[in-house]
Amino acid sequence: MGLLDQQFTDDNIIITKVEDLLNWARLSSLWQMGFGLACCAIEMMATSASHYDFDRFGVIPRPSPRQSDVIIISGTVTFKMAIRIKRLYEQMPDPKYVISMGSCSNCGGPYWEHGYHVLKGVDRVIPVDVYVPGCPPRPEALLEGLLKLQEKIRNESLVNQKSA
Amino acid sequence: MKNAEEIFEILKAKFGEVIIELISDKPAESYITVAPLEIDKVCLFLRDEDELDFKSLMNLSGVDDANGEKVKDENDNEIIQGGTLSVFYHLESINQKHKITLKVSTDRDNPEVASVEEVWRAADWHEREAYDMFGIKFLNHHNLIRILMPYDWEGGYPLRKDYQNPEFYKGMKVPY
Amino acid sequence: MALKTEEMVLNMGPQHPSTHGVLRLELVIEGELIKDVIPHIGYLHRCFEKHCEVMTYPQIIPYTDRMDYLASMSNEFGYVVAMERLMGIELPERVEYIRVIMAELQRIASHLVALGTYGADIGAFTPFLFCFRDREKILNLFEITCGARLLYNYMWIGGVSHDLHPDFIRLTKAFIKEFRPNLKELNDLLTFNQIFIDRTANVGILPAETAINYGITGPNLRASGVNWDLRINDPYSVYDRFDFTIPVGNGEKGTVGDCWDRYYMRILEMEESLKIIEQAIDQIPDGDVSSAIPKRVKPPEGQIYARVENPRGELGYFIVSNGSLNPARVKVRAPSFVNMEVFGELCKGHLVADVVAILGSIDIVLGEIDR
Repeated sequence: MGLLDQQFTDDNIIITKVEDLLNWARLSSLWQMGFGLACCAIEMMATSASHYDFDRFGVIPRPSPRQSDVIIISGTVTFKMAIRIKRLYEQMPDPKYVISMGSCSNCGGPYWEHGYHVLKGVDRVIPVDVYVPGCPPRPEALLEGLLKLQEKIRNESLVNQKSA
Repeated sequence: MKNAEEIFEILKAKFGEVIIELISDKPAESYITVAPLEIDKVCLFLRDEDELDFKSLMNLSGVDDANGEKVKDENDNEIIQGGTLSVFYHLESINQKHKITLKVSTDRDNPEVASVEEVWRAADWHEREAYDMFGIKFLNHHNLIRILMPYDWEGGYPLRKDYQNPEFYKGMKVPY
Repeated sequence: MALKTEEMVLNMGPQHPSTHGVLRLELVIEGELIKDVIPHIGYLHRCFEKHCEVMTYPQIIPYTDRMDYLASMSNEFGYVVAMERLMGIELPERVEYIRVIMAELQRIASHLVALGTYGADIGAFTPFLFCFRDREKILNLFEITCGARLLYNYMWIGGVSHDLHPDFIRLTKAFIKEFRPNLKELNDLLTFNQIFIDRTANVGILPAETAINYGITGPNLRASGVNWDLRINDPYSVYDRFDFTIPVGNGEKGTVGDCWDRYYMRILEMEESLKIIEQAIDQIPDGDVSSAIPKRVKPPEGQIYARVENPRGELGYFIVSNGSLNPARVKVRAPSFVNMEVFGELCKGHLVADVVAILGSIDIVLGEIDR
């Protein structure tokens, strides 16, 4: 079935499941914590700017982890920073999602072989939902990653919760 | 403006044995070698003398010469013993419009160089970085601690040629 | 009658919306007054210098892009200028002009981000959107030339990777024509706005003597009244063929060397860059851009320190070669690393809200500080 707001006929009344309603509410207003680390952060800022607008999907940048739903890890994660990322992830309230943007946070990026201070992939410290490849990924690629996350949320169920 | 030979003559006349030699036959820049524990007095003279007027330090970098002998240690890793570590200073004068390069060499096993932090405040973080990456101790530096690596990094000095990666750091795996 | 006060240590960062990256500032404050600021860096240390020792000389160029990711063309420019001086390579004229055009376009793009985010830090969100709108046009120009928006791998040792697209000159002229009125609009919106002037004038004053002793370079040094620009005082490439002036701060809205001066230098530099691009487009000759690229890069044994004018200051590369295919040591003298040292001095005696204004005016990029 498609998005919930396309189900309205001329009565302004629809019958649906609670799961679908909650999922639809969650995916339409994912507030992101702008966690820009390196070069991918500039592409994330460009995605929030007016050319490739992020706000039309309901995504607003929030400064604090306590007020956000999704954290976009954009840029290289080093050991010094990984400890702090873990702490920030634990500060976010449930339900929370993680998008790993860029090659460095997916798997270590161009620094995988000789980087002695680079964490080879942020999924070694926090669980990741969507990986967006690229170095840096174009803003359109980040938007595609967001749409994939929305699809994943649409298929979530209240009964079988993903274990945090 | 002066060139490297003239500056070398002025320094040799003032400091004598502390100034070792002028190397100018290799591409692409020539440099003056100085004794490691007297470099701060030489730099103070270079900054305050009117006709030299080197008021700005462009760059300070450590280099691992890797000219010692390669031996195997107890874990069968190859380490270098003996040899030297060097520090290069690139100085510039805005008013007189000339530049000079200085080099000091010190032992690899116990590297100690006088700090020029009092002469140019710009040397503060550069010297901390040279300590962090190579282990060169700068005497009389007011705060010589690590700057780029974590403060509790036990794995050694990363930019040395015989550096080995530790296996784990606080539960995170270091190699791929 | 004075109240008894105590010092408190407040931690800002490494995750903070206005620290321009992962920087941790330890503020020692007494009420709202700053007693001391201790910056902690190293949260983005990506081991660039270790990678240089195992890669070959041409393979290092993509890694140099990623250091100062807002000014990638300038990073590559510095590296290839150093290598070409070490190896003694003569370049075709067309390559020199293309490099200058790209570097000046990159300077405008980098200053737009600096000014947009500075306005956002102070509290004005609209200039951020205007700056990014203009920046998208410059990134389009880069994209039709080499295929990438942010990290290019465009300048190679001895040449550039692709020649200019046939439409490039026409599109650049259209961009320049459109950008001048936008710059005036940005001035009316932010630069001469009384609230902005109240927040930034007489804040974070940097005297000229202190600046030279701390090794500050770039617009920060010129805002303190020192007339020093590497494009004129230590010229590289073909910069000595163009006619442009160097803006120097004169304390128009406050004191010489305050935050407003540093901000205004960047606006004036964008105007000068437009002049350089117009002259370069008129003078560019024809030629083959890949004729001087060597097949194998094996420099003679020796060393060199070469520097270029990054949008943030003097970017220097110190390369030590031992005659093989890999360098023995590459050290990067990053302008933001040196500019950050004076931050503690500038903040003393100001309020907590001024820390954000001063940090934005120095214009740092953490990728370059930590390398």
